[in-house]
Amino acid sequence: MEIKKTSLNKLHQSNNAKFVEFAGYEMPIQYSKGIIEEHKFTRSHSGIFDVSHMGQLFIYGDESLTEELEKIFPLDLKNLKQNCSKYSFLMNEDAGIYDDLIITKIEKGYLIILNAACKDKDFEILSNLLGTKFKMNLDNNRSLIAIQGPKSVEILNSIITGVDQLNFMSGNWFDSDNKKLFVTRSGYTGEDGFEISISNDKAEKFVENLIEKGAQLIGLGARDTLRLEAGLCLYGHELDINKTPVEANLKWAISKSRLSNGDFIGSKKIMNQMNDGASQIRVGIKPEGRLIAREKTKIFDDADRQIGEITSGTFGPSVNGPIAMGYINKEYSKVDTKILLEVRGKKHPAIVCGLPFYKKSYVKGVN
Amino acid sequence: MSEVKFSKEHEWITVEGDVATIGITKHATEMLGDIVFAELPEKGSNVDKDGSAGVVESTKAASDVYTPVSGEVVDTNQAIVDDPAKINEDPEGSAWFFKLKLKDSSEMDSLMNKEEYDKFAKENAS
Repeated sequence: MEIKKTSLNKLHQSNNAKFVEFAGYEMPIQYSKGIIEEHKFTRSHSGIFDVSHMGQLFIYGDESLTEELEKIFPLDLKNLKQNCSKYSFLMNEDAGIYDDLIITKIEKGYLIILNAACKDKDFEILSNLLGTKFKMNLDNNRSLIAIQGPKSVEILNSIITGVDQLNFMSGNWFDSDNKKLFVTRSGYTGEDGFEISISNDKAEKFVENLIEKGAQLIGLGARDTLRLEAGLCLYGHELDINKTPVEANLKWAISKSRLSNGDFIGSKKIMNQMNDGASQIRVGIKPEGRLIAREKTKIFDDADRQIGEITSGTFGPSVNGPIAMGYINKEYSKVDTKILLEVRGKKHPAIVCGLPFYKKSYVKGVN
Repeated sequence: MSEVKFSKEHEWITVEGDVATIGITKHATEMLGDIVFAELPEKGSNVDKDGSAGVVESTKAASDVYTPVSGEVVDTNQAIVDDPAKINEDPEGSAWFFKLKLKDSSEMDSLMNKEEYDKFAKENAS
């Protein structure tokens, strides 16, 4: 299959991007400054991320759409205000996660942002569940640009006036250059920032404009170190079809009001696990010294019993040390529990720690 | 000091008397990206030509460091373990990895000179 390219591919090339294949797309892993510089620039200034490979699913319908979506997602969508967003999951009957996503209530419908590697399958699953009653569009004509970091609000507001009035996890339509943009205040770095849905033909010029105002392009490499420091899950690593939201320590994302009736897909398993606890749970892990424990590193207790496995591990440039996340047996999941990580045949000490590794600075009280 | 020689695994080596100093090339560091972890062989241990003699890790991945010649490890560079970013800054100078007492100096003969290595690195650049 031919590799897909986003509408910013040429701009990545002219900015000396190193490319990798990701979910069938040619995507920039880094630019000439490298992952650590890009990571730090995002934390101190403003980084631009091309996330156009992700799915933008628009679903339009009457009031029955909200009811139908509540049978799928563990959210109180009836009470979700227009232009507000929620983090959620598409699950099977056993509460195994097909994908994690952000759903935003828009006029006459919903916008759902899906992972690139999952979007086609998600569309198929949702089409089967929703039938033909609603208009569904997995929109390939729009790019998705994230701008993240403390200077982002100032930079973006100088181009799209009014985005500074958005609260975290909310969005709105804006007009720019005679085109409709949908902007949400959200992100995947632990920083204040925005995601902008923009038509493909306007994307390159828009990003050039952001660069002119002082933001810089950031690759997927730094996106990964930023999200890991922020304690955020990456589908295919922390989350997959064999993990549930309770095991992933994401029960905060399940609306309490939906737990009493158990009328969404996967609710039985979720309610059981909420009552009895899950046998394994996602935790933060801090290796001692500088040792990096990568994905699939086995976790042991001091009696040499395997008690878990790492799902992501790298060096955190802002915490200036190695960081990891993984799944561990419940009895070892308490913060400060001493564990051992097997790297290159040797066991190395580490401790279980709270998440995030790097404290978030989201904007909540604008209006 | 001898001419600098290079291996296909992107190590450089210089020899003074019967002691070789080994590190990784600038080209290797450019391919690896930001190095955040280094593990070196133990002093006093013996390493064999083309065998693993350490590890470097970037933010993305771990890579083995191989020794281009056999010998006994007589010194290691603790400075790059304490601050692995030094490897990106000065890979072919102060950020050497380890020193070996050569077992068989004829092992040097199969290694590349600078011109040969530059050509090799260019052809193998990804």
